[in-house]
Amino acid sequence: MADLIGGKRITIKELNAWYHSLQALTNVNLLIEPNKVTAIIGPSGCGKSTLIRCLNRLHEIIPGARVSGQVLLGSQDIYAPEVDPVEVRRRVGMVFQKPNPFPTMSVFDNVAAGIKLNSRRSRNEIATIVEKSLRQAALWDEVKDKLHNSGAALSGGQQQRLCIARALAIEPEVILMDEPCSALDPMATLKIEELIQELKENYTIVIVTHNMQQAARVSDWTAFFLLGELIEYGHARQIFSNPSDKRTEAYITGRFG
Amino acid sequence: MKQQLYLWRKIKDKGMSQLIGLSALMMVGILFLILGYIFIKGVSALNWDFFTQLPKPVGEAGGGMANAIVGSFILLGLACSFSLPLGILAGIYLSEFGRNQLGTTVRFAADLLTGLPSIVVGIFIYTLIVLPMKGFSAIAGGIALGIIMVPVITRTTEEMMKIIPLTIREAALALGIREWRTILSVVLPAALPGIITGIMLAIARAAGETAPLLFTALGNRFWHSGLDQPIAALPLQIFTYAISPYEDWHAQAWAGALVLIILVLGLSIATRFLTRGRYYFMR
Ligand SMILES: Nc1ncnc2c1ncn2[C@@H]1O[C@H](COP(=O)(O)OP(=O)(O)O)[C@@H](O)[C@H]1O
Ligand SMILES: [Mg+2]
Repeated sequence: MADLIGGKRITIKELNAWYHSLQALTNVNLLIEPNKVTAIIGPSGCGKSTLIRCLNRLHEIIPGARVSGQVLLGSQDIYAPEVDPVEVRRRVGMVFQKPNPFPTMSVFDNVAAGIKLNSRRSRNEIATIVEKSLRQAALWDEVKDKLHNSGAALSGGQQQRLCIARALAIEPEVILMDEPCSALDPMATLKIEELIQELKENYTIVIVTHNMQQAARVSDWTAFFLLGELIEYGHARQIFSNPSDKRTEAYITGRFG
Repeated sequence: MKQQLYLWRKIKDKGMSQLIGLSALMMVGILFLILGYIFIKGVSALNWDFFTQLPKPVGEAGGGMANAIVGSFILLGLACSFSLPLGILAGIYLSEFGRNQLGTTVRFAADLLTGLPSIVVGIFIYTLIVLPMKGFSAIAGGIALGIIMVPVITRTTEEMMKIIPLTIREAALALGIREWRTILSVVLPAALPGIITGIMLAIARAAGETAPLLFTALGNRFWHSGLDQPIAALPLQIFTYAISPYEDWHAQAWAGALVLIILVLGLSIATRFLTRGRYYFMR
């Protein structure tokens, strides 16, 4: 049952981010389309992770980290003074580089964590959401008989899909993925890539990736970063076949990075 | 030439690892020597009466340490009743919010307290509680033991919370779980096996303490008659019997030592057992 929740458009305006005095992002302007996959590419340390961590206000939990500028989710600036960062994080889900299921929790509790710890729901409601999220994450068939086993006992690829299910369970509008496949084998990677294609029907997806082929395969839009600046942004097809900036071309043809 | 050098290295290598292995063996040897000696000395005086009877007056044979065993449990219970919540909360504070002046001060205080000779804690409680209450009491003894436990619990809780990877905390925060919720429902459970181990170590240490009980709980030849009254404890009873001139009391002191060791050992084995089955973070 594909009840279209629909993703939200993200408008990034003059975004700057710092770690203490180190500026990791400089004047980023970017429009991320709803129900599309936007890939963020660029060499290590260019600020990809920092950028997506600014989109769910996770950047600021690091001591000494600072942000300026605007990020509009739909029409609301998530950095407006009256906005509670916790509320933002409930609307913007995140999947990390290394699968990080909660170690003391079962598969079921991992998926239920966000709803259980945030709101009061009946057991039935929770069970329904857990099943739906696991199905959406294409994990249900593999874990339906071991819902009460430790989440940490799954394979790496399953753990990462568990983390995706966990993020889906809070019913976000946007899903951020920071190199979600970099710790996985090719088969598990393929599964996640297929999943991303399904998920974009309902969510806005931003994925950071190191892997050029992956970016070309999964993304509709691609943004290339270098040293904290947005160098080029366009349709994935255009970026990978006919980049307009020399530096983008150098990067995607593997001449640095 | 080269061959010789290689041979020499191999001998050195072998010798070194054997020396290290020997040291490890000796360490285990010391443990078993102590355990074995106490077992042999103590087991002869161990019988059902030892666990059920009060001490007999001088000259009468038999009797046991039932009151001291129960007393030790009561004292430890009193000690835990405030040292567990205090230590765990202070440890959580240090690990989660302790990166400031106050945190440094608390940490320093905890370390000083850990190093404090336990007899000093006894004198302190004597002045602060026994004198104003005009009498030795179980409460005073429990507080003295608790003070010995608090810094250990605080520091283990802090360390165990700190080793929970940042990625786990970030995963919770990214789900829109509030910080205090993340700490209590995600980080604390992950750290719990380690914290429980620390608590057991603290209890084991407190269970064997004698000095801080000498002028707080005092000891009692009978069942205690209230928490504001003197109470018996195993180490105190062992101490009294061991320095007495009577043969059968010596035997009972050994039996008491054996029971004390078994209790402490049982505690750590039980801990291992209880924390083993829990999910632990891997890799
Ligand atoms: N926690 C941190 N503290 C200080 N500097 C950081 C931290 N995380 C990242 N940086 C720095 O910020 C810059 C951007 O990092 P990041 O966003 O992680 O890059 P990417 O994800 O593209 O590899 C790098 O120079 C990096 O060294
Ligand atoms: Mg990164």
